[in-house]
Amino acid sequence: MAISNTQALGKSPKPGAFRFKLPAEARIFMVLLGVALIFELLGWIFVGQSFIANKERLIVMILQVSVIGIIAVGVTQIIIMGGIDLSSGSVVALTAMVSASLAQTSDFARAVFPTLTDLPVIAPLAAGLLVGLVCGLINGTVIAKTAIPPFIATLGVMVTARGMAKWYTQGEPISMLSDNYAAIGAGINPVIIFLVTALVFHIILSYTRYGKYTYAIGANRAAARVAGINVNRHLILVYTVAGLLSGLAGVVTSARAVSGQAGMGMMYELDAIAAAVIGGTSLNGGLGKITGTVIGTLILGTMTSGFTFLRIDAYYQEIVKGIIIVVAVVADQYRQRNRRS
Amino acid sequence: MLSLVPEKPLTTAPSQPPVAAQQLLIDVQGVRKAFPGVVALDDVSFRLRAGTVHALMGENGAGKSTLMKILAGVYTPDQGVYRLHGREIALTSPLDALENGIAMIHQELNLMPFMSIAENIWIRREPLNRFGLIDHARMYQMTRELFAQLSIELDPQAKVASLSISSRQMVEIARAVSYNSDVLIMDEPTSALTEHEVAHLFRIVRMLREQGKGIIYITHKMNELFEIADEVSVFRDGHFIGCKQVEQLSHDEVIRMMVGREITEMFPKTIVPIGEVALEVSHLTLDGVFHDVSFSLRQGEILGVAGLIGSGRSNVAETLFGVSPASSGQIRINGQPVTIDSPRTAMQHGMAFLTEDRKDTGCFLSLSIQENMQISVLGGDNLQAGFVRQQALDAMCEAMSGTLRVKTPNLDERIENLSGGNQQKVLIGRWLLTNPKILILDEPTRGIDVGAKAEIHKLICKLAGQGVAVIMISSELPEVLGMSDRIMVMHEGRVTGIVDRADATQVSIMTLAAG
Repeated sequence: MAISNTQALGKSPKPGAFRFKLPAEARIFMVLLGVALIFELLGWIFVGQSFIANKERLIVMILQVSVIGIIAVGVTQIIIMGGIDLSSGSVVALTAMVSASLAQTSDFARAVFPTLTDLPVIAPLAAGLLVGLVCGLINGTVIAKTAIPPFIATLGVMVTARGMAKWYTQGEPISMLSDNYAAIGAGINPVIIFLVTALVFHIILSYTRYGKYTYAIGANRAAARVAGINVNRHLILVYTVAGLLSGLAGVVTSARAVSGQAGMGMMYELDAIAAAVIGGTSLNGGLGKITGTVIGTLILGTMTSGFTFLRIDAYYQEIVKGIIIVVAVVADQYRQRNRRS
Repeated sequence: MLSLVPEKPLTTAPSQPPVAAQQLLIDVQGVRKAFPGVVALDDVSFRLRAGTVHALMGENGAGKSTLMKILAGVYTPDQGVYRLHGREIALTSPLDALENGIAMIHQELNLMPFMSIAENIWIRREPLNRFGLIDHARMYQMTRELFAQLSIELDPQAKVASLSISSRQMVEIARAVSYNSDVLIMDEPTSALTEHEVAHLFRIVRMLREQGKGIIYITHKMNELFEIADEVSVFRDGHFIGCKQVEQLSHDEVIRMMVGREITEMFPKTIVPIGEVALEVSHLTLDGVFHDVSFSLRQGEILGVAGLIGSGRSNVAETLFGVSPASSGQIRINGQPVTIDSPRTAMQHGMAFLTEDRKDTGCFLSLSIQENMQISVLGGDNLQAGFVRQQALDAMCEAMSGTLRVKTPNLDERIENLSGGNQQKVLIGRWLLTNPKILILDEPTRGIDVGAKAEIHKLICKLAGQGVAVIMISSELPEVLGMSDRIMVMHEGRVTGIVDRADATQVSIMTLAAG
């Protein structure tokens, strides 16, 4: 602390006490660069080509984690507020099913709703977002009103939403979607949607009351209440926003695949939590940035691309991913402890 | 002093030569313990003799609890010598203390609710059968024998969760006795007991005394002191004041030893015009916590609230501010009856509440000073098209921390990195930004240094001068006496008196607080 004080006063730091302090996101960005460089090096050694200097690979790298990224923007807010959301992956599946069912063309004889075909693209989009919003609203309301741990409440919604996704068409996939709907997920659109979402919520978290209350509740819920914040209402609001973003992720997923399947979004919730945590969001609440989460998401994408590039089995990928998540959390705890002492 | 000891039969202790030093179970000399910003104990000595009940008395914050925690191995002293049976020891943990024959019965009960009584008592020492599994039958038998010895009538197989608070206390005591400890430390053991149960407890205590054990008994209650204790040590402000035989003491002498000091600190109390009634509370009740609290408060007035910890003073403040809404009674603000069901509504009525515990209910430790200070004013004029007007807010915070002299070069610093006094100033700043008409301060100067204390006192007086109605809860009698226009005293959830500044003395307040 003494160090940053002297810097702030514009005095020269004491000799020996100097320590260059980067913002947390810059450190995570260094990790991203480090990971990319390792793959670059291994690339030249084992594959004989560059990992980074390949535009297509870079696009795929971001594209494959865009949906995770959209979810992670919501999950980051929940974790900053001191909560957790396990339901996002299942909400993606349920949303994908519902919105896909309203995006079918009349060319298809066995549409889910034969009378509701060839609808304008706004219909499936709005329905999907609404499904996500309702799921988030349920999460938030249950957590706020019954005071059961978020882990349990969202676990319940996770299982239920997955069940509903399967029940919706008795397990049948939904196909023959309109071109306009498919366009939502075409090309680099998911990347654009992800980055715009991240930017919007970065601004909201930094410059609005919504953001300030989110940090305050995560930092100290009891103090937030005494300071006059309607904590329960804010809990519901943030879970609803996160649900809405999961819904958006579901729409993008089904649009990109041009189908709806009940198995979509499997384990996405864990990838999203991992992206947030790797990006420096503290599971203790009160700390975290959307920018960090974006970089965390890119780290996940880089690793997936890197392993594929090196033609290493997907199994190893999962093993290493697991280890990295734990290391990220340990690093977070360690950082917290250092601050305190 | 020593004459007392040989009169007691030492039934369990082996026959020892009657040398005084060996009758001393505990002999602590020159102990010092400091916490950041506070010296909790300074050069304190304490002796416990076998076969006596030794009471510890003093105001809140006098250092009793710290001493007790050092004796029980919870804290390690910074300085000083700790002798047990004449041998110098350094305890490393409560478990270590237990193994050295020192058992503590905590004020906060430390039982595992979903395990049986017997499991709670014999945990870590469960009797095993020949397969190495726990022998429940024998464990229950051992518990029954222990209970018979203490005439406790409880089913060893019952779950602790199903027991009343007093029964749990009995289980705690039985557990302490089961360790065959030489020293038992009891921290206000009767606070949750009925009269009948207190009598039972005292029978147990006397029996243990007959067995030659030393019992350290912490209490605020005068009548208990005279009923059960042989000796009493009095503490004040972290210093050891004296140790006396109880039979040589009178009630008034004990109180004088406890409050003793003159008001040496200067309080900048200024006499300001008292205005209209701002707050009127009648028959306010929170079931099971406090009852029938009535008082009124005028603009410019400082109402001090005194009482021991657990007297309900902080609970009244929490209820006024809507943290735990009242079960009955009426609150009027500026003559209008109001319902306060959340801190938010309280704020809408112009109230502000600085809580007792900065860490638990005040600071957002991971956030900056600025974010901490402005959290309660992120609305109204400070919002523009949904965005907070950050520059205006920053300027307000900058000005406020200048007024309050918050010592930090940078408001972006995390509040965690500030000293207690400066954290307190930031929290006071948070409430002042809301421009309150009624300001409730719960322990506004706890754990902060003298300089900052004086500044906060000055500020409170200045606010009163501006017509703010102030309620100030404090455990420090000189502060209450020095700052208040009137003092409300509470004891066990009831108001025992409201005293005018002119009539208030330390002794009169302490007498009311002791019930």
